[in-house]
Amino acid sequence: MANVRLEDVSKAFKSAVAVDNLTLTIDEGEFFSLLGPSGCGKTTTLRMIGGFEEPSSGRIWLGDEDVSGLPAHKRDVNTVFQSYALFPHLSVAENVAYGLKRQGVAKDEIGPRVEAMLELVDLEGYGQRRTTQLSGGQQQRVALARALVNRPQVLLLDEPLGALDLKLRKQMQLELKRIQSEVGITFIYVTHDQEEAMTMSDRIAVMSAGRLEQVGAPQDVYELPATSFVASFLGASNLLEGEIEGTSGEVTKVRLGVGGTVTLPAGRLTDSEGPVAVGVRPEKLHIQTTNSSEVDRGDNAIEATVVNSTYTGVSTSYECATSDGTRLVVYVQNLERSASPPGAGAKVRLTWDPDHTFAVSKARPEKT
Amino acid sequence: MALGTQDRSAPAPPEPPPDRAGGGRKGSKSRKGLAPYLLTLPGVAWLVAFFAAPLGFMFLFTFYDGTIDIGYSFTSDWPQTYFEAFTTYDTQIIRSVIYALIVTVATLLISFPMMYWIAMKGGRRKNLFVLLMLLPFFTPFLIRTLAWQLVLSDQGIFLGTLKDIGLLSADFKLLASPLAVISGMTYNFLPFMALPLYVALEKLDSSLLDAAADLYSSKREAFLKVTLPLTLPGVFAGSLLTFIPSVGDFIDAEILGNPNTTMIGSIIRRQLLVNQDYPTGAALSFLLIAGILVAVFLYARALGTEELTG
Ligand SMILES: Nc1ncnc2c1ncn2[C@@H]1O[C@H](COP(=O)(O)OP(=O)(O)OP(=O)(O)O)[C@@H](O)[C@H]1O
Ligand SMILES: [Mg+2]
Repeated sequence: MANVRLEDVSKAFKSAVAVDNLTLTIDEGEFFSLLGPSGCGKTTTLRMIGGFEEPSSGRIWLGDEDVSGLPAHKRDVNTVFQSYALFPHLSVAENVAYGLKRQGVAKDEIGPRVEAMLELVDLEGYGQRRTTQLSGGQQQRVALARALVNRPQVLLLDEPLGALDLKLRKQMQLELKRIQSEVGITFIYVTHDQEEAMTMSDRIAVMSAGRLEQVGAPQDVYELPATSFVASFLGASNLLEGEIEGTSGEVTKVRLGVGGTVTLPAGRLTDSEGPVAVGVRPEKLHIQTTNSSEVDRGDNAIEATVVNSTYTGVSTSYECATSDGTRLVVYVQNLERSASPPGAGAKVRLTWDPDHTFAVSKARPEKT
Repeated sequence: MALGTQDRSAPAPPEPPPDRAGGGRKGSKSRKGLAPYLLTLPGVAWLVAFFAAPLGFMFLFTFYDGTIDIGYSFTSDWPQTYFEAFTTYDTQIIRSVIYALIVTVATLLISFPMMYWIAMKGGRRKNLFVLLMLLPFFTPFLIRTLAWQLVLSDQGIFLGTLKDIGLLSADFKLLASPLAVISGMTYNFLPFMALPLYVALEKLDSSLLDAAADLYSSKREAFLKVTLPLTLPGVFAGSLLTFIPSVGDFIDAEILGNPNTTMIGSIIRRQLLVNQDYPTGAALSFLLIAGILVAVFLYARALGTEELTG
């Protein structure tokens, strides 16, 4: 059953269109992330689902109910705000109990539920503290408890870990995942950190400039980005321009602008002819010195020159350039001690499995 | 009792920065501890010279008897001075307190919505709106009150017009009534309430109101459970700043009132400056101070949050 559905939702502010024709379906119990750069409309989308902002057009469904016109306090949705927004005049326990009291939950039920929730977020015994006396991570957990205690259908989280340092962030990521699987509530999670989105989410929606670029499981979005924006936002994109040459059976051939052809599984292209850009992730590329062994039969290959190489211990990253100047990044794991890694200026051949080739529609219509 | 109730955790006097390594001067250690107190010296000296000392002299006067002509002498019967002062002027004292209470409530009711609107909806023009509100108060108290007298006068622009178009009968009077005095005071003391309220409302984080709505509070509940408790320090500060000077105010009563609206401030002024009955004037002053202290204490207890009393 679809839990949250956005249908052609747009939001225009005086100065700008923050969300542009967004259609999304989020399933029950899913950990769903909205990922995108700053200002792409993630918070605005979340605020519309929460009821703090009214869509300029489009509808929002919560389960079977159209909630488009419903004010925030009548929606069965709770939010963990980026700034936590804890009530400074109330204790930790009073903060957590706030929603239950407003809903008219019986008094003798509130205490135990608050206690249980504080335990879930590892804050037992903190009930009487003032929220201003807590560390950032603890405040974050109070905010989480305050929202979850109401057992909403959907929990909205707006960059909840944004204010925490890296170590605490990693720890809270795991903890959030644990809590989500324990309570089984749908989480809609906003972040601009692609790594965070990938580690935590069941599915990711990548947004750019108010528009939806791609929705899919982390592997799909990373391995097979559908647009050049997604390709470059989730790591080095390694895109090569070309022209579709034709499809025979399971494989499509693309003639590259720099010369040579590459192949990829037929299903990855939406068009059957015309310009296209193909790409491959840096860790999928193999680097060979040109005079060495032959290319495996069926592998894609392209000639390039090393521009520079960076040794990082676990791996070495090479920046290479093709003859037309297109930059390609290659990550090579340092499995063996290489006596003579190719240095700057070395002519190399880059090869990869055709199955790792992705294609993005070349000309994404510009936003008007 | 701090009026600036905003700074709940008023920091201890700041330590001067530690001496640079190697440059340690002799005696710098003891100076380090003293410096913050030395900084308060001018202020303390000022208060002692111009506040505490006169107050002390005034207090001494309440133990004396006599007039300026026959001279003053100490009297063991000083409680009688207080007793007489109170029984003679109890009407004016009670009237002053009642007027001041009404004025405090009225300024609160008028300025809260106004300041709420400016703080929440004022956007980039907030400061302009506050300035506009304060603009009339750039004129002196006395001038303002005299202008108010013109406004309220029987044939003035306000009543005169209403009478001309027949909305009021020709013998309707506003001036020289309790209503006129209270209106004038409400007007004159408005900024004392409005500014602390504005400060409290302005620093209210709007995401807290989002959070309240998120947690099932209607607009009204969010106001009662979040906005109001968080702006209470402003209400408290504003009430004190309004109530205390209004109890002792006499200009409004003298310009806009009649003999039956005389406030205790007028009496004290007359005793001290006209009749030169210093003991009675001083005793009245201290009765007033004591009354205000008790009232403020009770008020702080009633509001009952630790920020206010602590
Ligand atoms: N209340 C508002 N009034 C006018 N413009 C707004 C308002 N809120 C957001 N915007 C604009 O809408 C766009 C999207 O903003 P939004 O806050 O949704 O971005 P975001 O993806 O959450 O970014 P970030 O990662 O920086 O939080 C921005 O260009 C922003 O300037
Ligand atoms: Mg945001």
